[in-house]
Amino acid sequence: MSHKILIVDDEPNILVSLEFLMKREGYQVVTARDGQEAIEAIGTEQPDLVLLDVMMPVKTGFDVCHEVRANDAYKGLIIVMLTAKGRDTDVAKGLALGANAYMTKPFSTRELVQKIHELLGDAA
Amino acid sequence: MIPVALVVAVSFAYLLLLFAVAYWADARSRQGRSVIGNAWVYALSMGVYCTAWTYFGSVGRAAGSGVWFLPIYLGPMLAMILAWMVVRKMIRISRTYRITSIADFIASRYGKSQLLAGLVTLITVVGIIPYIALQLKGVASAFAVLTQPLGGVASPAVPWWQDTTLYVALALAGFTIVFGARHLDSTERHEGMVAAIAVESLVKLVAFLAVGVFVTWGLFQGMQDIFAQADAEPRIRRLLLFGQGQPFPYAQWLGMTLLAMFSVILLPRQFQVMVVENVQEQHLRRAVWVFPTYLLLINVFVLPIAIGGLLYFGDRPFNPETFVLSLPLAEGQTALALLAFVGGLSAATGMVIVEAIAVSTMVCNDLVMPLLLRMRRFSASRSGNLTGLLLTIRRLAILGILLLGYLYFHLAGEAYALVSIGLISFAAVAQFAPAMLGGMYWKGGTRRGAMAGLLLGFALWAYTLMLPSLAKSGWLADDFLQHGLWGLAWLKPEALLGLHGLDNLTHSLFWSLLVNLAAYVGLSLWRPPSAAEASQALLFVDVFHRQAGARPVFWRGKAQVSELRGLMTRFLGGARAEQLLRDYARQTGVADVAQIVPDARLVQFVETQLAGAIGSASARVMVASAVDEEALDLDGVMRILDEASQLRAYSHALEEKSQSLERATAELREANEKLKSLDRLKDDFMSSVTHELRTPLTSIRALSELMHDDPDMDGAQRQQFLDIIVAEAERLSRLVNQVLDMAKIEAGQADWHASNVDLKQVLEQSAGSMAETFRERGIRLVLSLPDAVPMVWADADRLTQVVLNLLSNAAKYAPRDTGIVDVHLWADARRVSFEVKDNGPGIPPDQQAMVFEKFRQVAGDQHYRPGGTGLGLPISRQIVEHFGGRLWLTSTPGQGACFGVELPLDARGRSEETH
Amino acid sequence: MFEGLVAQRLAALFVAALLLLNFPLLALWDHDLRVWGLPLFPLALFGIWAALIVAVAWVVERPGSAREPDTPD
Repeated sequence: MSHKILIVDDEPNILVSLEFLMKREGYQVVTARDGQEAIEAIGTEQPDLVLLDVMMPVKTGFDVCHEVRANDAYKGLIIVMLTAKGRDTDVAKGLALGANAYMTKPFSTRELVQKIHELLGDAA
Repeated sequence: MIPVALVVAVSFAYLLLLFAVAYWADARSRQGRSVIGNAWVYALSMGVYCTAWTYFGSVGRAAGSGVWFLPIYLGPMLAMILAWMVVRKMIRISRTYRITSIADFIASRYGKSQLLAGLVTLITVVGIIPYIALQLKGVASAFAVLTQPLGGVASPAVPWWQDTTLYVALALAGFTIVFGARHLDSTERHEGMVAAIAVESLVKLVAFLAVGVFVTWGLFQGMQDIFAQADAEPRIRRLLLFGQGQPFPYAQWLGMTLLAMFSVILLPRQFQVMVVENVQEQHLRRAVWVFPTYLLLINVFVLPIAIGGLLYFGDRPFNPETFVLSLPLAEGQTALALLAFVGGLSAATGMVIVEAIAVSTMVCNDLVMPLLLRMRRFSASRSGNLTGLLLTIRRLAILGILLLGYLYFHLAGEAYALVSIGLISFAAVAQFAPAMLGGMYWKGGTRRGAMAGLLLGFALWAYTLMLPSLAKSGWLADDFLQHGLWGLAWLKPEALLGLHGLDNLTHSLFWSLLVNLAAYVGLSLWRPPSAAEASQALLFVDVFHRQAGARPVFWRGKAQVSELRGLMTRFLGGARAEQLLRDYARQTGVADVAQIVPDARLVQFVETQLAGAIGSASARVMVASAVDEEALDLDGVMRILDEASQLRAYSHALEEKSQSLERATAELREANEKLKSLDRLKDDFMSSVTHELRTPLTSIRALSELMHDDPDMDGAQRQQFLDIIVAEAERLSRLVNQVLDMAKIEAGQADWHASNVDLKQVLEQSAGSMAETFRERGIRLVLSLPDAVPMVWADADRLTQVVLNLLSNAAKYAPRDTGIVDVHLWADARRVSFEVKDNGPGIPPDQQAMVFEKFRQVAGDQHYRPGGTGLGLPISRQIVEHFGGRLWLTSTPGQGACFGVELPLDARGRSEETH
Repeated sequence: MFEGLVAQRLAALFVAALLLLNFPLLALWDHDLRVWGLPLFPLALFGIWAALIVAVAWVVERPGSAREPDTPD
């Protein structure tokens, strides 16, 4: 059974590219366009992995990460932060909040796919 | 005449009263409630200057030569004018360095020289003997006048063991010992003595004034009467003029005045009461005019008494010196006569007591002690308390001085008028003037100079004044007087080098002081001072300029507390030594006497304390023998001095530095805060910019990669992706341009092309270029423009940029299909304004300011990503403000937003400035 | 030694006293005259003397006169 991936970003164009990419790799895709939608989607869709942007309206990616990690029900949920905020402090903050991985935009599609495979334990 | 027994009884009673006063004052001082600690007592105690000389000699002199008794009192007037500076410096020096006599002062100044101390003491002893004799003579004459029938012949000379004067001398010695040598005080303060002297001054004054009043208004009808009667007698009348037949009278007058001026400071008893016994420097302020007042008062009646006596007794051979006694006696006023006698006795005893105490201190500390210390047997014995020995030496000295005074009186006193004898003593102590005053103000004075000056001056004094006085009394062959030494006429003691015409006093004064001063200056300049002299010179001359803490200590070496303690015990007594050590421990902040650090300061402290008891020269010797010293040469002294002044300079600079450092730290903290906030701003800006740039880049890259990895991508899909890529590339370049634009405007580097701009035209053009966008979204654009508006001075392109920005914002936020955007233009006298109003959601008040901040976009409408850069409005505002205008926002949530712009008509001046 | 207003005033007073009480200024009073029945010369001497005392008192005791800043140990 293929994994379900939740893609969260407020930029529609990025959503388009990521959606296409994930689908190409054979994953199921759900999208959300801000932090609040993301949390709701996690609850309803129970994805295995979340591609999480940081700079979003309503709730930022950091908030989402924090809330998710505070909830034991989502302990196994893998969070990959995908954001243009690339400062060391941001990376540290993301990882400290419990993200499994932190990738900066612009990203290499190849690297992103590789990382996701790794985290989900799939064969490359 | 008055019975002898009565006179003796009255005298004794008076002296006992004085003793009681002294005893009481001493007791009070031990309790800590000193009675002499006030300026009036201090000033009165200076009245000890007036001795039997004043009582008897002045009247005698006035009767003989009119106003010529006065210079002796005018001199002190001159001295007191400068005393506030000169004597105060002496007091400060003496207090600071524990100096207790003139000999100590001079010796200490010139390198703590024992030789100098001894010389000064010898000069003083020799010089003061005539003066003591004068007192004895005064008392003796007074006694004779009182107890013998009036006008009787003076009794023949008696052998000395029958001479009552001898017993008077012995009695005075006893009283002096009781007053001043009962116990040893290292400060040499004698509170009891000072109190007694002050009382004596009052008694003297009152008694003399009483006699004066009696003579003036009792025997005559007031002063005018006396002088009117004097006018009738030519021999008396001429007394009232200046000239009395002397050659060079003005020189003599000046000479005596200067002589008295020096003596009032340099006489041992004056130094004792003015400097050593001084309790508080500020008392000098009062004394400086009270003392001359005292002198004036006591002299007011001298002339009336003298002239009154001459008139009263006529040609009868009454000794004018005892007029103060004979006049009351002649009128049967025995009580008054006794009072006058008591006054005279008071004057004499006051002088003798203080002088003898002062001189005995000198003899003990500066003559005997150094000699004793030289005897190896003495210094070798390090045990034993020497205070008893010191006291004995002093008592013997007092006795000795008085006996010597008697001897002089016996040998030479009969031949001379009192005044002349006194002047001889004055001339002797005047020899100290160059060494002492020079030492206080001239750092260049050396020991050699002082020694030479003193020796030569003293020698000349002895030759020109002292020896002649003995010769004239018949105790020396007088041919050297008549024909000069060895028959050489130019060595005649009263006409040296042929200088004749001056009286012997002025002559002697001239030569002795001249040679003294010349030798002092000459030898001081011949060789530089030694290290010890230089250091002492600095300490003395600069005494007002050094604070206690910063006073350099001129000593190098090692010491042990036990050794120093032993020294103090030997000379000051065990209890006092312990007390002093405890005080020192407290001063230096040490908890216990056992923890006192034996450094240079302790050594100096001990030496200073010892100096009070045995003189600074001897103290120096004793301390040097007890510690392990390094010889200090001139370089060492200069180095120590440099250190001290450097230290002072450093601590001063340090204070200033720390103050400016505090100020700088405060400033720095402020600047740091500012920088941090600026830094944060910059950081935010940078991260915003990079974020905004990366976002379109992300899409471009991702979509490009996707297309690249999938050559078989569906055509429609590919087309969609390519569209997005193009759009994002455009977005990216728009953003880059705007960021650059913003940066240039903010840095003042933008290119402005200002000209006259017609805003109506700009609006119309912009509306036209945006028409398509509006139509696409179904938004109605309404233009309300007047026919014409005045031109404004601005950059047309930039203004277009602003208008486009506002219009595109309005287009973004106005609701689709139902949106209406109003553009309204108007003008008044000073400005042209327009508004762009939309009917979108509006902006809440708390976010209205944010709208103009970089990269901020209105939150609230979640999904509606405007697709802008967030830089449009900030740039627009910058542009508008650059031309002196304003860009503002009015909005109520739910009722749309209205952006207003106004541009002034006279913006030309302002726009010139920022290129 | 002559720093400070008090010191300067005293120095001036000293010089004045020296001049007033000696030749030639003193000679001005040397006449056989009587003022208020009193001989001129002694009267002048005492008068000058009294004036000097008053002057010194004024200079030294005025509350405004400079007090030395340093105090004895």
